[in-house]
Amino acid sequence: MTKHDLALSRRALISAMISAGGGLAVGVFVPSFAQAKQLGAVLSGDESLAPREMNAFIVIDPDNTVTVRLPHTEMGQGAATALSMIVAEELECDWTKVQCEHASANRNLRDKGVYHSMTTVGSQGVRTSYAYLQQAGASARVRLVQAAAEQWQVPVVECAAADGAVTHLPSKQSLTFGALATKAAAITMGTEPTTKTPDQFRFIGKRTARLDSAPKVNGSAQFGIDTQIPGMVYAAVANCPVFGGLLKAVDDSPAKGQRGVIAVVKLENAVVVVADRYWRARSVLALLKPEWDVGDRAAVDTPMLKKMYLDALDGPMVTAEKIGDPAGTLAAPGAKLVSATYEAPMLSHAPMEPMNATVQISADRVDVWIGSQSPPAALRQAAQAAGVDPSKVFVHNCYVGGGFGRRTQHEELIQAVQVAKVVGKPVKLIWSREEDIRQDHYRPQAAARFNAVIGPDSKTIALDIKIAVPSIFRSLKINPAADGLEPMAFETMGSAASPYNIPNKQIGVMLKNTHVPVMFWRGVGGSQNCFLMESFVDEMAHAAGVDPWEFRRSMVTRPDMIGVLNVMKEKGNWGKPMGPGQGRGMAICESYNSVTGQVAEVTVTPDGKLKVDRVVCVVDCYHVVNPNTVEQQCQGGAIMALTAALYGEINIDKGATVQSNFNTYRLLRMAETPQIEVYLPASGGPKWGGIGEPSVPPLAPAVCNAIFAATGIRVRSLPLKNVNLKKV
Amino acid sequence: MARFVEESVVQLTINGKMRDLDIEPNAPLLWVLRDELGLTGTKFGCGIGTCGACTVHIDGVATRSCVTPIERVAGKSVTTIEALSADSTHAVQQAWIAEDVVQCGYCQSGQIMAAVALLRATPNPTDADINAKMSNLCRCGTYPRIRKAIHRAAAALAAAGKRA
Repeated sequence: MTKHDLALSRRALISAMISAGGGLAVGVFVPSFAQAKQLGAVLSGDESLAPREMNAFIVIDPDNTVTVRLPHTEMGQGAATALSMIVAEELECDWTKVQCEHASANRNLRDKGVYHSMTTVGSQGVRTSYAYLQQAGASARVRLVQAAAEQWQVPVVECAAADGAVTHLPSKQSLTFGALATKAAAITMGTEPTTKTPDQFRFIGKRTARLDSAPKVNGSAQFGIDTQIPGMVYAAVANCPVFGGLLKAVDDSPAKGQRGVIAVVKLENAVVVVADRYWRARSVLALLKPEWDVGDRAAVDTPMLKKMYLDALDGPMVTAEKIGDPAGTLAAPGAKLVSATYEAPMLSHAPMEPMNATVQISADRVDVWIGSQSPPAALRQAAQAAGVDPSKVFVHNCYVGGGFGRRTQHEELIQAVQVAKVVGKPVKLIWSREEDIRQDHYRPQAAARFNAVIGPDSKTIALDIKIAVPSIFRSLKINPAADGLEPMAFETMGSAASPYNIPNKQIGVMLKNTHVPVMFWRGVGGSQNCFLMESFVDEMAHAAGVDPWEFRRSMVTRPDMIGVLNVMKEKGNWGKPMGPGQGRGMAICESYNSVTGQVAEVTVTPDGKLKVDRVVCVVDCYHVVNPNTVEQQCQGGAIMALTAALYGEINIDKGATVQSNFNTYRLLRMAETPQIEVYLPASGGPKWGGIGEPSVPPLAPAVCNAIFAATGIRVRSLPLKNVNLKKV
Repeated sequence: MARFVEESVVQLTINGKMRDLDIEPNAPLLWVLRDELGLTGTKFGCGIGTCGACTVHIDGVATRSCVTPIERVAGKSVTTIEALSADSTHAVQQAWIAEDVVQCGYCQSGQIMAAVALLRATPNPTDADINAKMSNLCRCGTYPRIRKAIHRAAAALAAAGKRA
């Protein structure tokens, strides 16, 4: 922003104040990219009550610094900036003075859930918290205005807040928020003020710089793994490679006399070497030869699991949804049938920061430094492992080196507490990358069978879906899914989230678990189901002899989905000519309250080499808080999904995970990254959509449908590295 | 059986400061930086030299410190992210901020060290140069913005008549 722009925007601000007729609704000063103040090295919040706390979410210091307590975790997805923007929009503060920190899980416990669930899964950062964050900002602003009016002894309606100060409009005198905060914090209101409606937003929706760039480009950001506590020792872990197995025996004599070694700790399912430095612990651990008791799990391997889920498709199903008469329509004589069976593999999360936890046990408290998507879960797990009341546990939620669903359960934290108890010192426990991948809780594998009938109007008139998949709830032991159903199993396929009006439809689910644990992976059920479903939609379109875009459009009536389809057609160059070996494919679905469509363009060489050239990502999340970070999530989600589509598979052999590091669990690199374009046709309305996950599900089917367009080869099982794309 | 008791003094320069370290010669540079010297900006990602989160400069060459034994660095000069600039003002850091590259940020120290080395060798890199030299992994998928930031840094350096 130039000086001239700055003057203009201040003028606009003043005119807004005047036109508001002395009311309170005036604009936030929107700074340019470079002016945003950057966060410091520490993101974990202070566990104590701040003296100038306006409410649990907002603290205002005398120097006008506004600290926003984040009820959700910043793990790269931009929550710190977006949630702070929502507060600033209502507070009318000076954005250049806004800081933020992770809220305290201990405070949440003491203060009866003041920060709500504090769990950041299901793309819920904005969509579940915007209303209470708006309220917190509005409440603080109104009390700051009232404090100023009382000080000046003037009517409240003659005062307005803007840019971090309250002004008495007739006299032009003003006081900063910092000067008013102590007085305002003491004011209580009978009723909470109303908050802005989206048409009144001046800041929300503006492309805004992240608050956390500077500490992440100079190495100062303190991730959990960077924690240093005086007297701290380091722990390296070898877990039983077979899930559920136990440590039978380990000869710890190779560790004796090794420099720096403090202890060899035997846990129920792991052996841990504790030393004065991590690499010493790690080197000595490599010398140990633990023996494991793995029981009959050693008989399990991937071919057996694939057969189990495929066989389940022939067995009984639990009906998740039934509309009309699908069986009758499928059985009708002369029905034009389309059928296919699909499979999706397990996947590991593999965030760049390996699992780790640092624990200090003192006489009256337990302190935990960790990066967590669920600090309350970390708090409970630490309390249980330490045998202390949860109120004695303080979780310092650090900068988080990637989550993607991995950091909601913390076995590594339980182990760190167990080791700290044994050695009587603060412990930093780190899982190697091999432990991270081999001990992960994976994206479920799945098998699905589709049977459809194409009607005389070339639309689908019946669709029967059978899906066999492990239960995430059962695996996490948080819900037995006793009725045989859980929403993740058919996520994005049910009528509420599927774009298509199909008059006869049935979804049958069979939940089958093994000893291999499964969990939420970015996009959750949609991450595999959209591949299964939207690939088959492409098959139905070709069977119907209709262009895949026209086929989809003919069965969609929801305006938001039509809007996304239209942008996909235009920006995706749908129908435009392509070169030899090239193809274009599309997919669309709703996940986490956002509608996402993608168009992929691929080139397949005659010898079967695949290159994904371009991805057009179109998302209607209804309300965009920060286009800058929404664009990042769309790029990142597409790249993570492309990694999975090309390379992603976790295989089991002798009961244990085969893949172990980035040499065997390959991630996409710069050179393989396609051009990615992002379009955000936000259609407004009462819903606020999620953004962390919705760009994941459509990528794999869009790419596989493009491969079909280029080669005529239909991909029904991922990853693509296992598929021969050479023309025969 | 290997024993990790042999000790020796390794002398090297880290971020411009001469250090004498009483350390096993096979200790990986990454962990010496992080645990001995408290320079935690250099990250542990894989331990096998694949992901590049541990990238530092050794005599100006981008090197994966997790697979570099300290004895190989004796007498050499090591630069980590902490010494790239005193206040995040290096052109590459500025470009990273201007393009808002980071997401979780964990891999970015390594990405930036790799990008600085690339720009020193190739001041005006093409997309193909970037593809060839930027092999560091990012799980968040910041690659499109890394590419933009490298081009931005190259232009800024050229305009200022400076070297990366």
